[in-house]
Amino acid sequence: MSVTATAYEAVMGIECHVELKTETKMFCGCRNIFGAEPNTNVCPTCLGLPGALPVPNRVALELLVKAGLAFDAEIPAFSKFDRKNYFYPDMPKDYQISQFDMPLTQGGVVKYWLPDGTQRSCRLTRIHLEEDTGKSTHAGSRDGRIAGSTYSLVDFNRAGVPLMECVSEPDIRTAAEAVAYLEALKRTFVALGVSDVKMEEGSLRCDVNLSLRPVGATEYGTKAEIKNMNSFNSVGRAIESEIARQTAILEGGGRVVQETRGWDEAAGTTHTMRSKEQAHDYRYFPDPDLTPIEFAPQDVERLRRELGSLPYERLERLIETDKLRVEQAHQIIDTPGLYGYYAAAAGLSGKPQATLNFVLGDLSRLANETNTPVASCGVTPEALAEIVALTEGQTINSKTAKELLARVWVEGGSPKAIVAAEGLGQVSDAGAIDAIVAGVLAANEKTVEEYRAGKTKVMGFLVGQVMKASRGKANPTLAEERLRAHLA
Amino acid sequence: MAERTATEIARAVNAREVSAAEMAEAAFARIAERDGAVGAFLSLTHDLARAAAARVDAAVREGRHLPLAGVPLAVKDNMCVTGTVTTCASKILGNWVAPYTSTAVGRLLDAGAIPVGKTNLDEFAMGSSCENSALQKTANPWDLGRVPGGSSGGSVAAVAAGEAALALGSDTGGSIREPAAFCNVVGFKPTYGRISRYGLIAFASSLDQIGPISQSVEDAALAYDLMAGKDPLDATTVDREVEATVGHLREDLRGVRVGIVKEFALDKLDPEVRAVYEKAYDDLRALGAELVDVELPTADYGIATYYLIAPAECSSNLARFDGMRYGLRVEKADVGATYEATREAGFGDEVKRRILIGTYALSSGYYDAYYVRAQKARTLIAADFARAFEKCDAIACPAAASPAFEFNAKADPVSMYLMDYYTIPMSLAGLPSLSVPCGYATPAGGSSPLPLGLELSAPLFAERPLLGIAHAYERGTAHARKRQIPPIAAAVAS
Repeated sequence: MSVTATAYEAVMGIECHVELKTETKMFCGCRNIFGAEPNTNVCPTCLGLPGALPVPNRVALELLVKAGLAFDAEIPAFSKFDRKNYFYPDMPKDYQISQFDMPLTQGGVVKYWLPDGTQRSCRLTRIHLEEDTGKSTHAGSRDGRIAGSTYSLVDFNRAGVPLMECVSEPDIRTAAEAVAYLEALKRTFVALGVSDVKMEEGSLRCDVNLSLRPVGATEYGTKAEIKNMNSFNSVGRAIESEIARQTAILEGGGRVVQETRGWDEAAGTTHTMRSKEQAHDYRYFPDPDLTPIEFAPQDVERLRRELGSLPYERLERLIETDKLRVEQAHQIIDTPGLYGYYAAAAGLSGKPQATLNFVLGDLSRLANETNTPVASCGVTPEALAEIVALTEGQTINSKTAKELLARVWVEGGSPKAIVAAEGLGQVSDAGAIDAIVAGVLAANEKTVEEYRAGKTKVMGFLVGQVMKASRGKANPTLAEERLRAHLA
Repeated sequence: MAERTATEIARAVNAREVSAAEMAEAAFARIAERDGAVGAFLSLTHDLARAAAARVDAAVREGRHLPLAGVPLAVKDNMCVTGTVTTCASKILGNWVAPYTSTAVGRLLDAGAIPVGKTNLDEFAMGSSCENSALQKTANPWDLGRVPGGSSGGSVAAVAAGEAALALGSDTGGSIREPAAFCNVVGFKPTYGRISRYGLIAFASSLDQIGPISQSVEDAALAYDLMAGKDPLDATTVDREVEATVGHLREDLRGVRVGIVKEFALDKLDPEVRAVYEKAYDDLRALGAELVDVELPTADYGIATYYLIAPAECSSNLARFDGMRYGLRVEKADVGATYEATREAGFGDEVKRRILIGTYALSSGYYDAYYVRAQKARTLIAADFARAFEKCDAIACPAAASPAFEFNAKADPVSMYLMDYYTIPMSLAGLPSLSVPCGYATPAGGSSPLPLGLELSAPLFAERPLLGIAHAYERGTAHARKRQIPPIAAAVAS
């Protein structure tokens, strides 16, 4: 009997919970901030006191609609809030105000690039708005788990913080795609000011639904939901681990059980949290305390105009038009202020590639060394454009450019004016170079003999001597050309 | 003095003929005298009342006019008032002290009302007799062997017994109007969304509405004008201009069309009760109204519809009473067992029954068959009313099919549910509706005549015409001019 190994592919959908960056909570006027003393940002409404009522935060509604518009989602004219009923001590009302069948946004596509430059996309099912729960702390047990704890404390500062749930279609196939998808979401939400997306502060939490199927199959396999990842890196590791676990089960002839699994960062594995049989009946129904949400077409258009230039559009320009590597493009986009700086300088210089080289090279190095953002240094986009023009026009060489950048970074000013005033221009006159070349050849007779004997690699040394003699101003290409002419 | 209406008291206090402090003490004296027999109040708020009276007297001395200056106010104990033990007549809230004041109560206090105490109710406002209170029995001041009606039984009994000139009730399916009819006072439920529910402990959020209970239509109008209007703390309040009703109350009904509902034919009623309502319709006509026949073909589905929607909402609204953050906690080994033991000990049978019905109606697989269908029926009922109001300005019908019944007479829950037959359809449609005293009938097995109420209902937001019609009816009818003093007053006085 021969055994043919089946190749499997993973099918993944991701649910993200993202806390919105609003001044106040979703349904009351309490402040929405992280890290305050427990139970200090609370009121009758977010504590679920008898008789208190929710009033929706309009800013949160608009931020969510913007998040949807950024991915070309549809914004229905009519949406509503529903109650999701279940008992839990950190849930003040024992129901969560959420959205069931009429979310604020429907559909949409997230487009992103993998590190090798290939573009991928993942469809969105929906983005909806809900309120966050309080935060439980379990005392007296290993790792703060509820099992074995002696008592629990609840901080309601987080209760009622606006939370958006972003649900994807099962379009993701690999851990790398999952991470790139999440980074694309984060990049967009940060750019729009929707959220600061800090996984370590819990402002982004994600669950991955993962199943395997034989390559080429169209049916989905049985999925497991993985929770508790606290960084994008953990998401990637958890997915790899879960793919390995499910593959082993299937190859051993077993069946994957539908269940929720928790990621254990230290162990590097997932473990069973609860099975399908323990699934809740949430008894969703429209929240009678809240009226339907309506977005008129003109409101949607106003929000669309407010989106501005999106990270996706900027990346597309950098990667597809300016031919930047994906990693470099992400670096430009993910550094605050850098894209705007680059775009201004490139626009002025008309030389995107040369501009990018300075931005990601010397300027980023100077930014790191001085701990100053490029966008606020002495080298204005106009100054950079001048340096690009001076370099591209052979007026200065790269060494001079480097020195000029460091000087203007601190002092400011016009590089063009400095070059003119201090005669830093590159020497590209053949006659002037010939005079220096003659001197250098005369002073290095031994090297000249070596060159003539066939040891051509000494040319570098000779060019260096010409540069030195010209105090760095000689055009190195022309210097080499003239040296070769003299030695021929 | 305590028999004066709120309007009369406010006039006298503003004119400095009497002080708010004197009015407060007079109310407490009356309560001390009578409430042992009536049992309207669950708690008295002496300190709050005296502080409020002092503020009112100071303001009046400064020449300010307060529309409710010195008016003793009773508040149903499902409304939050800062510093008061707020119980919903349930054991589950324990001795919970409200840390904030409901918007409706706050607006009356700002107008000079004196909060004398919190009144009894059916637990969480679920009931039609006040017998479902887990804390206290309240008797009907007209016959201490009978119920005051419910769920706002305590507030209604307090006004009927002269213990407070004005009270607040809440009405979900008739909880203001039915007890008002039983106790011979005016009980008014405004349009849903007119008065903020902020601080009213929810039973069924899409139906609950606060309203005034008073000795006269004029008093109801006075309190309504002060409470009505958009509240930024309640998203379901309507942002729509509130037309003042005080100063616009009618003296006759010329040019008014009053609808008489075919499906509410009086021939189903006891002959003596029927005679009272026939007389009431005749009085409307005598005052100049044109009576027109209207139909509400879906009204019969009101009770079935209501007993799906209200329990569904209550099953969710009452989830928060879990022993974790406030109120009763029966501590057990783990959180699930603590929830169960707390709710088992804290809720009474009727509350549990409704939570169970509502949980079932919202369950996966049953939601469409029950909750969704009930919402569709609700839409049809509202549409019936809209059609009826094309032919009339208001609808008149009985507020209840009989006078107050004896304690324990409605042990079967369904027979109790049927008490709200005439009030539930208007609640489902969100309409403004009130009960105004309309006469007396001796109940089967009873020895003396007991009060009945005429229910008048109007289109959405038509509070001004509705109160105007009720006022004309009240002024124009003999039994109102010869208002009888309830026997409790006579008994205590002798």
